Amino acid sequence: MTTTAIEPAGRTASKLTPGKARSPRPPGRLRRISLPYLLLLPALVLELLVHLVPMVIGTVMSFKELTQFYIRDWGTAPWAGFDNYALTVDFDAPVGQALLNSFLTTCLFTLLSVGLCWLLGTAAAIFLQETFRGRGILRTIFLVPYALPVYAAVITWAFMFQRDNGLVNHVLHDQLGLTDSPPFWLIGENSFVTLLVVSVWKGWPFAFLIMMAGLQNIPREIYEAAALDGAGVWQQIRRITLPSLRPVNQVLVLVLFLWTFNDFNTPFVLFGKAAPEAADVISIHIYQSSFQTWNFGTGAAMSVLLLLFLLVVTGVYLLATSRGRKTGDA
Amino acid sequence: MRRTRAAAVGAVTLSLVLSAAACGGGTSGGAGSNENPETLTYWASNQGASIEVDKEVLQPELDKFEKQTGIKVKLEVVPWNDLLNRILTATTSGQGPDVLNIGNTWSASLQSSGALLPWDTKNFEKIGGKDRFVASALGSTGVQGQDPAAVPLYSMAYALYYNKKMFADAGVAKPPATWDELVATGKKLSKDGKSAIGVEGSNLANNIHQVFVLGKQHGADFFTPDGKADFTSDGAVAAVEQYVDLMAEHKIVAPGNAEYAQNQSLSDFSNDKTAMVLWQTASATFASQGMKEDEWGVAPAPVQSGAPGQGKATNSMAAGINMAVFKNTKNIDGAMKFVKFMTGDEEQKILNKAYGSIPPVSSAQQDPAFNTPALAVLRETLATSAAALPQVPEESQFETVVGTAVKELFAEAAAGREVTTESVRAKLEKAQQQMPKK
Repeated sequence: MTTTAIEPAGRTASKLTPGKARSPRPPGRLRRISLPYLLLLPALVLELLVHLVPMVIGTVMSFKELTQFYIRDWGTAPWAGFDNYALTVDFDAPVGQALLNSFLTTCLFTLLSVGLCWLLGTAAAIFLQETFRGRGILRTIFLVPYALPVYAAVITWAFMFQRDNGLVNHVLHDQLGLTDSPPFWLIGENSFVTLLVVSVWKGWPFAFLIMMAGLQNIPREIYEAAALDGAGVWQQIRRITLPSLRPVNQVLVLVLFLWTFNDFNTPFVLFGKAAPEAADVISIHIYQSSFQTWNFGTGAAMSVLLLLFLLVVTGVYLLATSRGRKTGDA
Repeated sequence: MRRTRAAAVGAVTLSLVLSAAACGGGTSGGAGSNENPETLTYWASNQGASIEVDKEVLQPELDKFEKQTGIKVKLEVVPWNDLLNRILTATTSGQGPDVLNIGNTWSASLQSSGALLPWDTKNFEKIGGKDRFVASALGSTGVQGQDPAAVPLYSMAYALYYNKKMFADAGVAKPPATWDELVATGKKLSKDGKSAIGVEGSNLANNIHQVFVLGKQHGADFFTPDGKADFTSDGAVAAVEQYVDLMAEHKIVAPGNAEYAQNQSLSDFSNDKTAMVLWQTASATFASQGMKEDEWGVAPAPVQSGAPGQGKATNSMAAGINMAVFKNTKNIDGAMKFVKFMTGDEEQKILNKAYGSIPPVSSAQQDPAFNTPALAVLRETLATSAAALPQVPEESQFETVVGTAVKELFAEAAAGREVTTESVRAKLEKAQQQMPKK
C-alpha cells in the first residue's frame, strides 16, 4: 500500500522544477493523501458493520430493560441503568450464581481443551517431521476433523455418545466391560468430559497444521549441528524446536483460547438448547439467558462482561508475550 | 478533498444508520398493506414425519389456493427447534413471512411482542366468524380479555397410548385410569429390559406439558391470576415430583429416557421396549415406524380420581397449532384470504386427516373420519378435560426454565440420586428467579 501511494508522487515530483515543487497541485496532492484512506474505506465500513455496530448496539441493549415486550422496537425499551449488570454479578442470587458457575466451567474447559489441543498438535507435528512411509496419509487423516463441517461432525458425536444406542457405550460397556452400567454422556457430570473430547478432537488439527508450518521454518542444519554435539531427541525438542516455535505458539495459543472460550456450535449441537449444568459453558449460558428466557438486556450485559474479560486477558497476554520476545531478542 | 471526505463520512453514516435500522427494525407498525398482492410467504411448522412429508401434504393445497385466487404461496416448512427463534428474529428485523404457524402455547408470548396481527371481530368476520371455532381451541390464542393473536389450525390432545402385545404378555387387561393404577401396572410391565412408560426427559416443551397437567391435578397453575410466576407452590412441587418419581422412585421409566429429546420414546414404543407413552396424536408416527393400528390402543391420560374432567381432573393441555398473520405483511388481503382458505371446512378436513389431528373448526370436526376410536378419545379430551397452558406473556420463558429444571431432575434420577421434595423445590425456586422481573 505504501509503495502504491509513493510511486505516483515520485513521478509527479520528477516532472516539476524545484521552484515549483511546493506550489499547490490539488488533484495530485489530494490523490496522494486520500488514496490510502479510500483504499481503507471498504474495509473500514465492513468492519463497522460487522463488528463495531453490533458491539455498540449490544452495549446499549445491556443498559435497557429489554424483554419480549420491546424486541419489535428495542429502542423504546425503558432504560435499566446498571440493573442488568447488578443482576449478573450478584453471585448470591441464582442468575449471578449460574453465571459464575458457567464462567468457571468455561475457564476450566478452555484451559484443558487448549492445553490438550496444543499438546496433541505439537506432538503430532514433531512426529510427522521425519519422512517415512505413510506420512502423507497420516497428515491427511489428522486434518480430517478440521475439514469436516462442524454441525455434521458434532451431531455424529452426539449419536455416538447416546447412552443406550451410542457407539461409545457399546465399546466401553458392552465390549470391554469397563463399566457396571452404561454411563450417561450427554446429561449429568460426564457431559463436561464429552464436551472436552469433542472440542479437542475438533481443535487439535488446527494446532497440528500451524505447528507443522512453524516447523518448516527451522533450518535442518541446527538439528544436524546439535546432533553432532551429542544432543538427543528430547534435548533437540527442548532446546531447538520449542524455542524456535515460540512466535507461532504465541499466536496459536491466543487463537485457540478465543475460539474455545467462545465456542457455541459444539455445546449447542451436542446438548441442545439447555446444556447440562456441568457443561453449561458461557456461550450457551448467554444464549439461553437471551433467547430462551427472552431477557435480552441481561444477556447483553453478560456479553459485555465477557467481551471485557476477553479484552483484558488478550491485552495482558499480548503485553506479556511481546515483552518476553523483546527480552528474548535482546 | 471535501467531497471525498463528505463521501466517506456519508458512507460510514449510512452504513451505521442502515445497520441500526436493521437491528432495531420492525418499527413500521400498522396492520399491513397491499403493496404486494401477487404472492404470500408461509412458514409452516413441521407437522409430518419429515419436512418433505409436509411439503407433499401442503403443496397441492397451496396450488389449489393459487388456482382459486391467483395468489402464489411460497412455502417454507420450519423445524420445531428453529421456529421460535426464527419468529423472534423476524419480529426484531421486521422481515418476516406474511402468514405463519405458531405453537398455540406461544400465543400470548408472541402477542406481547406486537408482531402479530390482532384478530378483532372485523378480522374474524373475514374468515367466517369466531363462532366457527371450538371454544377450547380459542382458549390458546392469546391473553384473555385481548383480541386473539392467532387462529386455531390443528388441535391436538394428550392421551395414553399402550402397546397391546406388551400388555397381553404382562397379563394386564386394561389401560390404567389413575396414577396409582399406572404405577401398579407399570411395575408389572417393567422387567426383562423393558419399561412401562416412556418420557422425553430432555425435551423442555414436553416436560412442561406433562407437569402442567399434573399441576392442574394438584391445584397448581404455575402462574398467579395476575400473571406472576408461581413455580414453587406446593401443588407445582408435587406435580414435578410426581412426574420425575416415575423414574426416580417407581422405576417404571428407563433411566435412558432422561436424555431423550427427539421422540426416541416413540421408537421404543414401536419396538416393544416401552409399553406406554403419554403423547399427542401419535398415530402417524407409529405408522411411519411400521406399527399397525391394531397393535396399539389409546385411552384417556390418567387422573388422580380416574374420571377425567375439569380442574383437578384435567388430563391434557389443549395442544395445537395456530395460524397468525405477521403485522408487517405487504399482502394483508391475500393473507386473510389464505387464512380463510386454510380454516375452511374442506381444507380443515384434508389437513387434519393428513396430520392425524382434530379440526378446531366445529363443522369440520363432525366428519366421520375424526370419529375413529383413537381420534374420538382425543376429541373427547379436547372437549371436556383439556386446559390451555397459562396464556401469559412469559409462557415461553416458563417452558424454558421449568422445562430445564425437570430435565435436570431427570438427570439426577437417572444417575441414581434421590429426588426429594426439597430438591424439586430448590430447582423450581432457581427457575422462578430466572424469570424476568415484572
